[in-house]
Amino acid sequence: MKKDIILAGVGGQGILTIATIIGTAALSEGLELKQAEVHGMSQRGGDVQSHLRLSSKNIASDLIPEGKADIVISVEPMESLRYVNMLHQEKGWLVTSMNPFNNISNYPELEDVLKDIWKLPHYVTIDAEKVAKEQGSVKAANIVVLGAATPYLDIKFESLEDAIRTVFARKGEDMVKLNLKALRAGRDLAEKSS
Amino acid sequence: MQKLLLLGDEAIAQGAIDAGISGVYAYPGTPSTEITEYIQASKEAKEFGIKSMWSSNEKTAMETAIGMSYAGKKSLVCMKHVGLNVAADAFVNSAITGANGGLVVLAADDPSMHSSQNEQDSRFYGKFSFVPILEPSNQQEAYDMTRYAFELSERFSIPVLLRITTRLAHSRAGVTRLKSTTQNELKLPSNPQQFILLPAIARKQYKNLLSKQEGLEEDAFTSGNNVYTDGSDKSLGVIACGLAHNYLVENFEDGEVPYPVLKVNQYPVPKKMVQKLYDSVDKVLVLEDGYPIIEELLRGYLNIDKKVKGRLDGSIPRDGELNPNIVAKALGMKIAEGFASADSVAGRPPQLCEGCGHWDSFGALNEALQPYSGGRVLADIGCYTLSALPPLQAINSCVDMGASITMAIGAAEAGLIPAVAAIGDSTFTHSGMTGLLDAVNRKSPITVLLNDNSTTGMTGGQDSAAFGKVEDICRGVGVEEAHIRIIKPLRRLHEENVKVISEELEYDGLSVIITRRECVQTLARRMKLKHLDKKKANAKV
Repeated sequence: MKKDIILAGVGGQGILTIATIIGTAALSEGLELKQAEVHGMSQRGGDVQSHLRLSSKNIASDLIPEGKADIVISVEPMESLRYVNMLHQEKGWLVTSMNPFNNISNYPELEDVLKDIWKLPHYVTIDAEKVAKEQGSVKAANIVVLGAATPYLDIKFESLEDAIRTVFARKGEDMVKLNLKALRAGRDLAEKSS
Repeated sequence: MQKLLLLGDEAIAQGAIDAGISGVYAYPGTPSTEITEYIQASKEAKEFGIKSMWSSNEKTAMETAIGMSYAGKKSLVCMKHVGLNVAADAFVNSAITGANGGLVVLAADDPSMHSSQNEQDSRFYGKFSFVPILEPSNQQEAYDMTRYAFELSERFSIPVLLRITTRLAHSRAGVTRLKSTTQNELKLPSNPQQFILLPAIARKQYKNLLSKQEGLEEDAFTSGNNVYTDGSDKSLGVIACGLAHNYLVENFEDGEVPYPVLKVNQYPVPKKMVQKLYDSVDKVLVLEDGYPIIEELLRGYLNIDKKVKGRLDGSIPRDGELNPNIVAKALGMKIAEGFASADSVAGRPPQLCEGCGHWDSFGALNEALQPYSGGRVLADIGCYTLSALPPLQAINSCVDMGASITMAIGAAEAGLIPAVAAIGDSTFTHSGMTGLLDAVNRKSPITVLLNDNSTTGMTGGQDSAAFGKVEDICRGVGVEEAHIRIIKPLRRLHEENVKVISEELEYDGLSVIITRRECVQTLARRMKLKHLDKKKANAKV
């Protein structure tokens, strides 16, 4: 088993939480893991990305080689496109929220962004904020996106559920429930749309 | 023991705790900050009574660590690469004094300048100071080599430089811990003159330092940190330093590199290992995540012998961090390509947070400067450096920590009056205070905008040494009371604030305007903690 995942978004959108959940699940399945994060200046409202590598064998590089990522998981549509150069041309999936985070003056037309995404061979685009709201809170939008990516992760769904229980435990039972629902809703939507 | 999932920084921190340090001293700086933060948050460190402090700057941190080493205990000092410039006086001389208790200096380099002003390679400092360097290539090695660094330091009575780069500092992987070593007892140096660098003693100590070099090189040969692996294809040999080794291995199925490889993690690099590689191959490729240090040595000034490939002959870009594809290209391998970048992607540079006081401080400054020609704001390093970007475009320089005030003095001397210095509270106590004293002594007609957000903001809100002391320091160095003005950077006070700044710009003397409002991130975190404490207290009732 080998999965190279790019997580993308804007500083503060919760991509490291996604990484922690996938990482916790991967460890519980006995996989090797490397996860390169962005700290420092970019976290101030700039684009952020994390390289998450999972494998049943030893992993050498902390960075994923260009053109070899299996999935880009993004909580922001334009940010998902920033990393298409990393995506494997035949088997790469792009899973992204369709909700723009507009903090720059030259943000493109959302329609153009989505058109560019829909040119790719394998993609899932979801209205994560709407789905998260339906489950109880827009805050869980990042977990909805993670849910939508689960069919392509090669990790047991139950392991991810357990990871959510572990990661959100200290935030209380309500948060655990919300995020479990968000994960499932994201997954259901991805399965329907693909 | 179960594996811990740790950042490279955290692996170093855990390694230091397990090596039995008695203290860690640091000034925050990306990508080194998380080391000290980890130790500060560690229950074990607390239990063991490990001292830790965010020092005023890297030099004071380095000296505190030397003091602890003098007293016989093990200490760690952490900084980013440019911080080592600040600490350089103490660092270089600490090699001459040598260590008593183990002394490890961690420098985190930032090739590609993700959060920095340059991409200098700290290994130069190690070589320059005759200090051994350890350069781990992964998180486990970061843990192991931190422990080895303390052992090496005590065995050779010498400070050891531990060098990492951003990618390792901020990347997570599983780390296995080993049995802990205890802290040292208080024990003064057996030679009472060891730390007295009077010329006559310093000359002896320097000879002593030089005499250690052969042993250090031999240790780098026997320690197991440098590994020679033979390969069947002798058309090329590869020297891969630290993290670069991962990028080499990544390019081969199951990590089987067909060429002879020298993996370098400890310096001085043993000559016999390099010789062996050099003699058995046609060409040598040198992979270094930083400056071409070994490459330059091997190639020589005239480059007349065997072909040496790397950053100097264009096989690898001259600047920036390495990655698997850069290495693949240098090896002449075919690389995978992803999709072409989409037209609809716009840049998204970092920016000041919503609600941040710097918006209001620099908004008011911009307006107060309207009557004057542009180019008058000499700024400094911190979040407020982002006010260089649109829409504020409020500052005209950012060079090094503390340079705002002193550059403003120089610009005013040249006739740029008024000149403005913009500096944050933590940067002010880091190395702005001495410049302010210069301004006082010189009666320099500059206006200092001292942005006091009561924290070290850019690195994530560490304690600021200036906290609660800013105006006292200004008074203490001799700024006139009438020209120490305090304003609150808020939108509703904009007109008032512009007026205050305008008055001080017109004043033909030194003024300090303290703009004081807590960082919104720190404030939010503080409120969250308060809320949690309240919840806990209620739960107990």
